[in-house]
Amino acid sequence: MRRGGLRTAAFRWVVLLVLVVVWEAATRVAGSTFFPPPSTIVTRMHAMWFSGPPDALFLTDTAVENILPSLGRMAAGFAGGALAGVVLGLAVGLSARAYDYLDGVLQFLRAIPPPALVTVFLVLFGFGLRMQLAFIMFSIVWPVLLNTADGARSVEPLHLQTSQAFRLSRAELLLRVVVPSTLPKMFAGLRLALSLSLIVMVFSELLPGTTNGIGFQITDAYSTFDLPGIWAGIVLLGVLGYLLNELFLVAERRVLGWHHAAQQLAVP
Amino acid sequence: MLEIDNLSHVYGGGSPNAHHAIDGLNLSVAAGELLCIVGPSGCGKSTLLRSIAGLITPTGGEIRVEGTVVRQTPDNLAVVFQDYSRSLFPWMSVADNVALPLRRKNMDKRQRREAAHEALESVGLQDAGRKYPFQLSGGMQQRVAIARALAYRPTLMLMDEPFGSVDAQTREDLEDLVLKVRGHHQMTIVLITHDIDESVYVGDRVVVLSKAPAHVVGDLKVELPAPRDQISTREHPDFVHLRAEVGRLVRGHATV
Repeated sequence: MRRGGLRTAAFRWVVLLVLVVVWEAATRVAGSTFFPPPSTIVTRMHAMWFSGPPDALFLTDTAVENILPSLGRMAAGFAGGALAGVVLGLAVGLSARAYDYLDGVLQFLRAIPPPALVTVFLVLFGFGLRMQLAFIMFSIVWPVLLNTADGARSVEPLHLQTSQAFRLSRAELLLRVVVPSTLPKMFAGLRLALSLSLIVMVFSELLPGTTNGIGFQITDAYSTFDLPGIWAGIVLLGVLGYLLNELFLVAERRVLGWHHAAQQLAVP
Repeated sequence: MLEIDNLSHVYGGGSPNAHHAIDGLNLSVAAGELLCIVGPSGCGKSTLLRSIAGLITPTGGEIRVEGTVVRQTPDNLAVVFQDYSRSLFPWMSVADNVALPLRRKNMDKRQRREAAHEALESVGLQDAGRKYPFQLSGGMQQRVAIARALAYRPTLMLMDEPFGSVDAQTREDLEDLVLKVRGHHQMTIVLITHDIDESVYVGDRVVVLSKAPAHVVGDLKVELPAPRDQISTREHPDFVHLRAEVGRLVRGHATV
């Protein structure tokens, strides 16, 4: 089992390496300006962002001025949207009536592709940070809200009866029974929201009125026909998305250790 | 301690497929008694227990615990459910599971921890406090559920087929555990089971319910030498006789 896991991990790296080599060879042979070889992209990424002084963790000024604001927008938008989603999701999920009345509306709101709403947000907030944050929050709140509500509705009935039989107060019931039961579904929603927040963050930076950020750098590179610059932004976003997801999984394993362990036992 | 007057309960009342679970059930339990309620499967035993615990409101009749009519869960009442795996909270350690209900008892954190440890000790799980329920066997999980009820120091403990989901050996151990803790704690126990042998072995008194709608069809005093023993008690002539008697009542061939 453990050995198999190691072998799988090794194979994963081999597959990645092979793909990169193939990509390198193919782009060199093709010699297209639109598809620079990965070595050019990586060199560009290094020169642009990661060749700074050691005391700045090797980040260049360009990195500090663009990557950090992007991450900041994403973090603030994700935190705000996730908090709102959890609180509203619990409220909707705990009231059977609220859920019945609102379910259709919520499904409708979730189904709207966020980019379609961007003009509405521009009208409301104008260009700039406020609009970007509101846009990210609005985009990610739905998966969190719906998953949390679903989790809060499907608390094990015997857990509720046990709580009632031992006369737990409403606050104890919420904090110690309902919220923990909701966590697995809540985390599923949060994970969706995390990947969505990266997407809408970049989208919000492609709009006019932005002066920094990874998305801004991509549009900037596009306007000067700097293709390695465009590709550097794309690869960086891919790497960020991957790392954030891994980080999230580490957090999830810590919080939901009991859930995964119990499930593994239930399905041998 | 516990009086039940003319209790009835109908599920889905008014509709054509309404189910009469209980009809005209009368029962009285004295303080300190260990009463076993037996009846055929699906006869409304669990409905009866949930009514006593105030988890459902019966459609007719009255239940009084220590003289007070049950409208919600009475104070000093604890319940042990059959399905321990869904009654314990999987996200809490064993000790936290046991200590959780004590938050209602005006105890500080240290007192709660001590009470939980003491209760776990009395069910033989003093070393399991830091574990999580899923790390324990089924029988041990049910011990935790019993410890949770004991820590609460109830005057009335309700047990709903508490040993229905464990193997035979564990079942005997848990039966003896109930007899043991019952001696240490002054409390009344109402234990619901479909196992005739178990009812006679554990109970001071066995009440037999009819098929649904349930009412009392037999009420037998169990006078077997104490302490009870899995081998010698079960071969005692009175045990054999009572078991047969209860068996006939459950099958509806009453001779008395």
